[in-house]
Amino acid sequence: MAELDTSGGGGKKGGKVRSKKMSTRVDLTAMVDLAFLLITFFMLTTTLAKPQAMDLAMPDKDATDQQELTVADNRSMTILLGSGNRLEWYMGSVDNPLTPPSVDGYGKNGIRKALIEKSKEVVGITGDPKKGLIVLIKPSDKSNYRNLVDILDEMKISNIQQYAIVDIFEPEIELLKRDGIYN
Amino acid sequence: MPKVKIARKSTAIDMTAMCDVAFLLLTFFILTATARQPEPLPVDTPASTVKIKLPDTDIATITIGSDKVFFGIPGQDIRRLLLEKMGEVYGVEFTEQEKRRFALVESFGVPIGNLKQIINLKGEERNQPGLQTGIPVDSVGVRASELHQWVYQARLATKELHNEDMRVSIKGDAKEEYPRIQKVIDILQSQNVNKFSLITSLRGADK
Repeated sequence: MAELDTSGGGGKKGGKVRSKKMSTRVDLTAMVDLAFLLITFFMLTTTLAKPQAMDLAMPDKDATDQQELTVADNRSMTILLGSGNRLEWYMGSVDNPLTPPSVDGYGKNGIRKALIEKSKEVVGITGDPKKGLIVLIKPSDKSNYRNLVDILDEMKISNIQQYAIVDIFEPEIELLKRDGIYN
Repeated sequence: MPKVKIARKSTAIDMTAMCDVAFLLLTFFILTATARQPEPLPVDTPASTVKIKLPDTDIATITIGSDKVFFGIPGQDIRRLLLEKMGEVYGVEFTEQEKRRFALVESFGVPIGNLKQIINLKGEERNQPGLQTGIPVDSVGVRASELHQWVYQARLATKELHNEDMRVSIKGDAKEEYPRIQKVIDILQSQNVNKFSLITSLRGADK
Protein backbone atom coordinates (compact mmCIF):
# COMPACT_ATOMS: atom_id res chain seq x y z
CA MET A 1 0.00 0.00 0.00
CA ALA A 2 2.21 2.75 1.21
CA GLU A 3 5.40 2.08 -0.60
CA LEU A 4 7.28 3.41 -3.52
CA ASP A 5 7.04 1.50 -6.70
CA THR A 6 10.63 0.59 -7.32
CA SER A 7 10.33 -1.92 -10.08
CA GLY A 8 12.53 -0.46 -12.77
CA GLY A 9 11.29 0.04 -16.27
CA GLY A 10 11.64 -3.38 -17.79
CA GLY A 11 10.04 -2.83 -21.14
CA LYS A 12 13.00 -2.27 -23.41
CA LYS A 13 11.77 -4.39 -26.22
CA GLY A 14 11.13 -1.78 -28.80
CA GLY A 15 7.76 -0.45 -29.52
CA LYS A 16 6.35 2.67 -27.98
CA VAL A 17 8.04 4.11 -24.93
CA ARG A 18 5.19 4.17 -22.52
CA SER A 19 5.62 6.35 -19.48
CA LYS A 20 5.20 4.07 -16.54
CA LYS A 21 2.48 4.75 -14.06
CA MET A 22 4.18 5.26 -10.76
CA SER A 23 2.43 4.82 -7.47
CA THR A 24 2.02 8.13 -5.73
CA ARG A 25 2.06 6.63 -2.28
CA VAL A 26 4.97 7.49 -0.06
CA ASP A 27 5.96 5.70 3.10
CA LEU A 28 5.03 8.15 5.79
CA THR A 29 6.16 6.10 8.78
CA ALA A 30 9.47 7.84 9.21
CA MET A 31 7.88 11.24 8.83
CA VAL A 32 5.28 10.49 11.47
CA ASP A 33 7.98 9.20 13.77
CA LEU A 34 9.87 12.42 13.42
CA ALA A 35 6.78 14.56 13.89
CA PHE A 36 5.84 12.82 17.10
CA LEU A 37 9.35 13.07 18.39
CA LEU A 38 9.31 16.82 17.88
CA ILE A 39 5.85 17.11 19.41
CA THR A 40 7.06 15.33 22.49
CA PHE A 41 10.05 17.63 22.72
CA PHE A 42 8.04 20.79 22.41
CA MET A 43 5.37 19.60 24.79
CA LEU A 44 7.92 18.92 27.49
CA THR A 45 9.82 22.15 27.08
CA THR A 46 6.95 24.60 26.91
CA THR A 47 5.39 26.29 29.85
CA LEU A 48 1.76 26.53 29.01
CA ALA A 49 0.64 27.89 32.35
CA LYS A 50 2.07 31.34 32.62
CA PRO A 51 2.34 32.57 36.18
CA GLN A 52 -0.35 34.89 37.43
CA ALA A 53 0.42 38.35 38.63
CA MET A 54 -1.39 39.85 41.56
CA ASP A 55 -1.04 43.59 41.46
CA LEU A 56 -0.41 45.26 44.74
CA ALA A 57 -0.21 48.95 45.43
CA MET A 58 1.37 49.94 48.69
CA PRO A 59 0.59 53.29 50.31
CA ASP A 60 3.14 55.95 49.57
CA LYS A 61 5.56 56.05 52.47
CA ASP A 62 6.25 59.78 52.54
CA ALA A 63 2.66 60.82 52.11
CA THR A 64 1.37 58.81 55.04
CA ASP A 65 3.74 60.58 57.39
CA GLN A 66 2.21 63.94 56.68
CA GLN A 67 -1.46 63.20 56.54
CA GLU A 68 -2.74 60.56 58.87
CA LEU A 69 -6.04 59.53 57.47
CA THR A 70 -8.64 59.32 60.13
CA VAL A 71 -10.95 56.46 59.49
CA ALA A 72 -14.28 55.99 61.15
CA ASP A 73 -14.04 53.18 63.67
CA ASN A 74 -17.14 51.46 62.46
CA ARG A 75 -15.76 51.19 58.94
CA SER A 76 -12.34 49.80 59.63
CA MET A 77 -11.53 46.19 60.11
CA THR A 78 -8.10 45.08 61.19
CA ILE A 79 -6.79 41.67 60.28
CA LEU A 80 -3.72 40.43 62.11
CA LEU A 81 -1.88 37.57 60.50
CA GLY A 82 -0.45 35.22 63.07
CA SER A 83 1.37 31.92 63.02
CA GLY A 84 0.05 28.50 62.11
CA ASN A 85 -2.13 29.81 59.27
CA ARG A 86 -4.40 31.57 61.73
CA LEU A 87 -5.48 35.16 61.78
CA GLU A 88 -7.28 37.44 64.15
CA TRP A 89 -9.66 40.20 63.27
CA TYR A 90 -11.61 42.94 64.95
CA MET A 91 -13.54 46.04 64.03
CA GLY A 92 -12.54 49.49 65.25
CA SER A 93 -9.35 50.27 67.11
CA VAL A 94 -7.21 47.99 69.18
CA ASP A 95 -7.83 49.79 72.49
CA ASN A 96 -11.53 49.85 72.07
CA PRO A 97 -12.64 47.24 69.56
CA LEU A 98 -16.26 47.28 68.46
CA THR A 99 -16.28 43.52 68.15
CA PRO A 100 -14.12 41.34 70.37
CA PRO A 101 -11.05 40.13 68.49
CA SER A 102 -11.68 36.67 67.19
CA VAL A 103 -9.35 34.06 65.81
CA ASP A 104 -10.22 32.71 62.40
CA GLY A 105 -8.77 30.75 59.52
CA TYR A 106 -8.31 31.55 55.85
CA GLY A 107 -10.55 30.51 53.02
CA LYS A 108 -14.20 29.98 52.40
CA ASN A 109 -15.27 29.04 55.90
CA GLY A 110 -12.88 31.38 57.63
CA ILE A 111 -12.43 35.08 57.23
CA ARG A 112 -14.50 35.34 54.04
CA LYS A 113 -17.78 35.03 55.92
CA ALA A 114 -16.83 37.84 58.26
CA LEU A 115 -15.60 39.99 55.39
CA ILE A 116 -18.75 39.66 53.35
CA GLU A 117 -21.00 40.13 56.34
CA LYS A 118 -19.16 43.19 57.61
CA SER A 119 -18.87 44.85 54.24
CA LYS A 120 -22.64 44.58 53.83
CA GLU A 121 -23.13 45.92 57.32
CA VAL A 122 -20.87 48.91 56.76
CA VAL A 123 -22.60 49.89 53.54
CA GLY A 124 -25.85 49.66 55.50
CA ILE A 125 -24.52 52.03 58.15
CA THR A 126 -22.99 54.61 55.86
CA GLY A 127 -25.74 54.31 53.27
CA ASP A 128 -23.23 54.90 50.49
CA PRO A 129 -21.87 52.01 48.43
CA LYS A 130 -18.66 53.96 47.89
CA LYS A 131 -18.00 54.16 51.60
CA GLY A 132 -17.50 50.50 52.18
CA LEU A 133 -15.37 48.52 54.54
CA ILE A 134 -11.75 49.50 54.95
CA VAL A 135 -9.47 46.61 55.76
CA LEU A 136 -6.08 47.01 57.38
CA ILE A 137 -3.89 43.98 56.90
CA LYS A 138 -1.17 43.66 59.49
CA PRO A 139 1.13 40.70 58.94
CA SER A 140 3.10 39.79 62.03
CA ASP A 141 6.65 38.49 61.93
CA LYS A 142 5.35 34.98 62.45
CA SER A 143 3.16 34.88 59.38
CA ASN A 144 4.44 33.66 56.05
CA TYR A 145 4.13 34.78 52.48
CA ARG A 146 1.31 32.39 51.69
CA ASN A 147 -0.81 34.05 54.37
CA LEU A 148 -0.25 37.44 52.79
CA VAL A 149 -1.21 36.23 49.34
CA ASP A 150 -4.22 34.40 50.74
CA ILE A 151 -5.57 37.43 52.51
CA LEU A 152 -5.03 39.63 49.46
CA ASP A 153 -6.87 37.05 47.46
CA GLU A 154 -9.74 37.19 49.94
CA MET A 155 -9.90 40.93 49.34
CA LYS A 156 -10.34 40.29 45.64
CA ILE A 157 -12.92 37.57 46.20
CA SER A 158 -15.06 39.51 48.61
CA ASN A 159 -14.65 42.63 46.51
CA ILE A 160 -13.20 44.92 49.14
CA GLN A 161 -12.14 48.10 47.42
CA GLN A 162 -10.10 49.68 50.14
CA TYR A 163 -7.39 47.76 51.86
CA ALA A 164 -3.81 48.35 52.85
CA ILE A 165 -0.89 46.48 54.25
CA VAL A 166 0.23 48.21 57.39
CA ASP A 167 2.99 47.49 59.89
CA ILE A 168 1.85 45.74 63.02
CA PHE A 169 2.45 47.40 66.37
CA GLU A 170 2.94 46.29 69.95
CA PRO A 171 -0.58 46.06 71.44
CA GLU A 172 -1.63 43.91 68.52
CA ILE A 173 1.30 41.56 68.94
CA GLU A 174 0.22 41.23 72.58
CA LEU A 175 -3.20 40.30 71.33
CA LEU A 176 -1.78 37.58 69.10
CA LYS A 177 0.35 36.30 71.96
CA ARG A 178 -2.67 36.18 74.24
CA ASP A 179 -4.54 34.02 71.78
CA GLY A 180 -1.57 31.80 71.21
CA ILE A 181 -1.01 32.42 67.52
CA TYR A 182 2.36 34.11 67.83
CA ASN A 183 4.91 31.38 68.16
CA MET B 1 -10.07 -31.19 -1.26
CA PRO B 2 -8.98 -27.72 -2.11
CA LYS B 3 -6.97 -25.86 0.49
CA VAL B 4 -8.55 -22.82 2.00
CA LYS B 5 -6.26 -20.03 1.10
CA ILE B 6 -6.02 -17.16 3.54
CA ALA B 7 -5.70 -13.97 1.69
CA ARG B 8 -2.51 -12.16 2.63
CA LYS B 9 -3.32 -8.69 3.77
CA SER B 10 -0.84 -5.91 3.56
CA THR B 11 0.40 -4.73 6.96
CA ALA B 12 1.09 -1.22 5.79
CA ILE B 13 -1.35 1.34 7.10
CA ASP B 14 -2.26 4.59 5.51
CA MET B 15 -0.40 7.10 7.56
CA THR B 16 -1.59 10.23 5.83
CA ALA B 17 -4.16 11.23 8.38
CA MET B 18 -1.90 10.49 11.28
CA CYS B 19 0.82 12.52 9.70
CA ASP B 20 -1.56 15.43 9.25
CA VAL B 21 -2.56 15.41 12.89
CA ALA B 22 0.99 15.06 14.07
CA PHE B 23 2.16 18.04 12.07
CA LEU B 24 -0.80 20.13 13.09
CA LEU B 25 0.04 19.55 16.73
CA LEU B 26 3.68 20.14 16.04
CA THR B 27 2.95 23.48 14.44
CA PHE B 28 0.82 24.48 17.40
CA PHE B 29 3.49 23.63 19.92
CA ILE B 30 6.24 25.33 17.98
CA LEU B 31 4.24 28.51 17.69
CA THR B 32 3.23 28.62 21.33
CA ALA B 33 6.56 27.53 22.69
CA THR B 34 8.49 29.63 25.10
CA ALA B 35 11.31 27.54 26.35
CA ARG B 36 11.30 26.93 30.07
CA GLN B 37 14.30 28.45 31.73
CA PRO B 38 16.07 26.51 34.42
CA GLU B 39 15.71 28.40 37.66
CA PRO B 40 18.61 28.74 40.01
CA LEU B 41 16.23 29.13 42.94
CA PRO B 42 13.11 26.99 42.62
CA VAL B 43 10.25 28.34 44.67
CA ASP B 44 6.75 27.13 45.38
CA THR B 45 4.52 30.09 44.72
CA PRO B 46 1.28 30.36 46.67
CA ALA B 47 -1.97 29.98 44.77
CA SER B 48 -4.55 32.66 44.18
CA THR B 49 -7.65 33.17 42.11
CA VAL B 50 -6.21 36.11 40.19
CA LYS B 51 -6.28 35.54 36.45
CA ILE B 52 -4.11 38.36 35.17
CA LYS B 53 -1.16 37.05 33.24
CA LEU B 54 2.30 38.32 33.83
CA PRO B 55 3.73 40.48 31.03
CA ASP B 56 6.84 39.24 29.26
CA THR B 57 8.97 42.31 28.92
CA ASP B 58 10.29 45.04 31.14
CA ILE B 59 9.41 43.27 34.32
CA ALA B 60 12.06 42.39 36.84
CA THR B 61 11.50 39.44 39.10
CA ILE B 62 12.75 39.29 42.65
CA THR B 63 12.69 35.71 43.78
CA ILE B 64 12.61 35.09 47.50
CA GLY B 65 12.98 31.59 48.86
CA SER B 66 14.89 29.69 51.54
CA ASP B 67 16.19 32.97 52.98
CA LYS B 68 17.82 34.00 49.74
CA VAL B 69 16.99 36.74 47.31
CA PHE B 70 17.58 36.39 43.59
CA PHE B 71 17.15 39.00 40.91
CA GLY B 72 16.28 38.53 37.28
CA ILE B 73 15.26 40.68 34.36
CA PRO B 74 14.36 39.66 30.81
CA GLY B 75 16.12 41.13 27.83
CA GLN B 76 19.74 40.60 26.93
CA ASP B 77 20.33 44.22 26.03
CA ILE B 78 19.06 45.37 29.40
CA ARG B 79 21.13 42.86 31.30
CA ARG B 80 24.22 43.98 29.48
CA LEU B 81 23.68 47.62 30.27
CA LEU B 82 22.73 46.73 33.82
CA LEU B 83 26.04 44.99 34.37
CA GLU B 84 27.92 47.98 33.03
CA LYS B 85 26.04 50.27 35.36
CA MET B 86 26.55 48.03 38.37
CA GLY B 87 30.24 47.79 37.55
CA GLU B 88 30.47 51.57 37.63
CA VAL B 89 28.67 51.83 40.96
CA TYR B 90 30.76 49.21 42.70
CA GLY B 91 34.01 49.84 40.85
CA VAL B 92 34.23 46.40 39.29
CA GLU B 93 35.62 46.09 35.79
CA PHE B 94 33.91 43.54 33.56
CA THR B 95 35.46 42.33 30.34
CA GLU B 96 33.59 42.22 27.06
CA GLN B 97 33.31 38.45 27.30
CA GLU B 98 31.88 38.61 30.79
CA LYS B 99 29.26 41.09 29.68
CA ARG B 100 28.27 38.80 26.86
CA ARG B 101 27.99 35.88 29.19
CA PHE B 102 26.05 37.84 31.76
CA ALA B 103 23.52 38.84 29.10
CA LEU B 104 22.53 35.20 28.96
CA VAL B 105 22.06 34.77 32.71
CA GLU B 106 18.34 34.89 33.33
CA SER B 107 18.44 35.14 37.10
CA PHE B 108 21.19 35.21 39.67
CA GLY B 109 21.73 35.70 43.35
CA VAL B 110 25.24 36.47 44.52
CA PRO B 111 26.92 39.46 46.12
CA ILE B 112 28.57 41.67 43.53
CA GLY B 113 32.01 40.51 44.69
CA ASN B 114 31.25 36.95 43.62
CA LEU B 115 29.53 37.87 40.40
CA LYS B 116 32.57 37.32 38.17
CA GLN B 117 32.97 33.84 39.52
CA ILE B 118 29.35 32.99 38.73
CA ILE B 119 29.51 34.53 35.27
CA ASN B 120 32.48 32.35 34.36
CA LEU B 121 30.72 29.14 35.32
CA LYS B 122 28.85 27.02 32.84
CA GLY B 123 25.10 27.19 32.74
CA GLU B 124 24.35 23.99 34.57
CA GLU B 125 27.08 24.54 37.15
CA ARG B 126 25.62 27.91 37.90
CA ASN B 127 22.27 26.45 38.85
CA GLN B 128 23.59 24.01 41.40
CA PRO B 129 21.57 24.38 44.57
CA GLY B 130 23.43 26.11 47.34
CA LEU B 131 26.07 27.64 45.10
CA GLN B 132 24.53 31.08 44.88
CA THR B 133 24.08 32.62 48.28
CA GLY B 134 21.58 35.34 47.44
CA ILE B 135 21.88 39.08 46.97
CA PRO B 136 22.51 40.99 50.20
CA VAL B 137 19.45 42.99 51.22
CA ASP B 138 20.95 44.80 54.19
CA SER B 139 22.33 48.24 53.71
CA VAL B 140 25.91 48.73 54.82
CA GLY B 141 26.29 52.00 56.70
CA VAL B 142 25.10 54.78 54.43
CA ARG B 143 25.41 52.62 51.34
CA ALA B 144 22.18 51.23 50.05
CA SER B 145 21.88 47.48 49.88
CA GLU B 146 22.96 45.65 46.77
CA LEU B 147 19.42 44.64 45.92
CA HIS B 148 18.45 48.29 46.08
CA GLN B 149 21.19 49.08 43.56
CA TRP B 150 20.24 46.23 41.25
CA VAL B 151 16.64 47.32 41.12
CA TYR B 152 17.55 50.97 40.75
CA GLN B 153 20.08 50.42 37.96
CA ALA B 154 17.74 48.03 36.20
CA ARG B 155 15.07 50.71 36.19
CA LEU B 156 17.54 53.17 34.72
CA ALA B 157 18.64 50.67 32.08
CA THR B 158 15.06 49.85 31.09
CA LYS B 159 14.20 53.50 30.78
CA GLU B 160 17.28 54.17 28.71
CA LEU B 161 16.88 51.30 26.27
CA HIS B 162 13.14 50.76 25.98
CA ASN B 163 11.79 54.06 27.28
CA GLU B 164 9.41 52.14 29.51
CA ASP B 165 8.96 52.12 33.23
CA MET B 166 10.23 48.88 34.59
CA ARG B 167 7.77 46.91 36.63
CA VAL B 168 8.78 44.81 39.55
CA SER B 169 7.34 41.48 40.52
CA ILE B 170 7.96 39.48 43.64
CA LYS B 171 8.04 35.75 43.43
CA GLY B 172 8.10 34.42 46.93
CA ASP B 173 8.08 30.96 48.34
CA ALA B 174 4.83 30.19 50.14
CA LYS B 175 6.65 29.28 53.34
CA GLU B 176 8.91 32.29 53.41
CA GLU B 177 8.42 34.27 56.59
CA TYR B 178 6.96 37.71 56.29
CA PRO B 179 9.85 39.82 57.67
CA ARG B 180 12.03 38.91 54.72
CA ILE B 181 9.29 39.78 52.26
CA GLN B 182 8.77 43.01 54.09
CA LYS B 183 12.44 43.86 53.79
CA VAL B 184 12.25 43.52 50.02
CA ILE B 185 9.04 45.56 49.90
CA ASP B 186 10.74 48.23 52.01
CA ILE B 187 13.63 48.35 49.56
CA LEU B 188 11.22 48.86 46.70
CA GLN B 189 9.28 51.51 48.57
CA SER B 190 12.44 53.37 49.47
CA GLN B 191 12.86 54.11 45.77
CA ASN B 192 9.21 54.94 45.35
CA VAL B 193 8.18 51.75 43.67
CA ASN B 194 4.82 51.44 45.34
CA LYS B 195 3.18 49.27 42.77
CA PHE B 196 4.34 45.79 42.07
CA SER B 197 3.03 42.37 41.28
CA LEU B 198 3.06 39.26 43.37
CA ILE B 199 3.51 36.14 41.29
CA THR B 200 1.10 33.38 42.16
CA SER B 201 -0.03 30.16 40.61
CA LEU B 202 -3.59 29.44 39.68
CA ARG B 203 -6.12 27.83 41.94
CA GLY B 204 -9.75 26.92 41.46
CA ALA B 205 -12.36 29.53 42.32
CA ASP B 206 -13.60 27.60 45.31
CA LYS B 207 -11.78 27.36 48.63
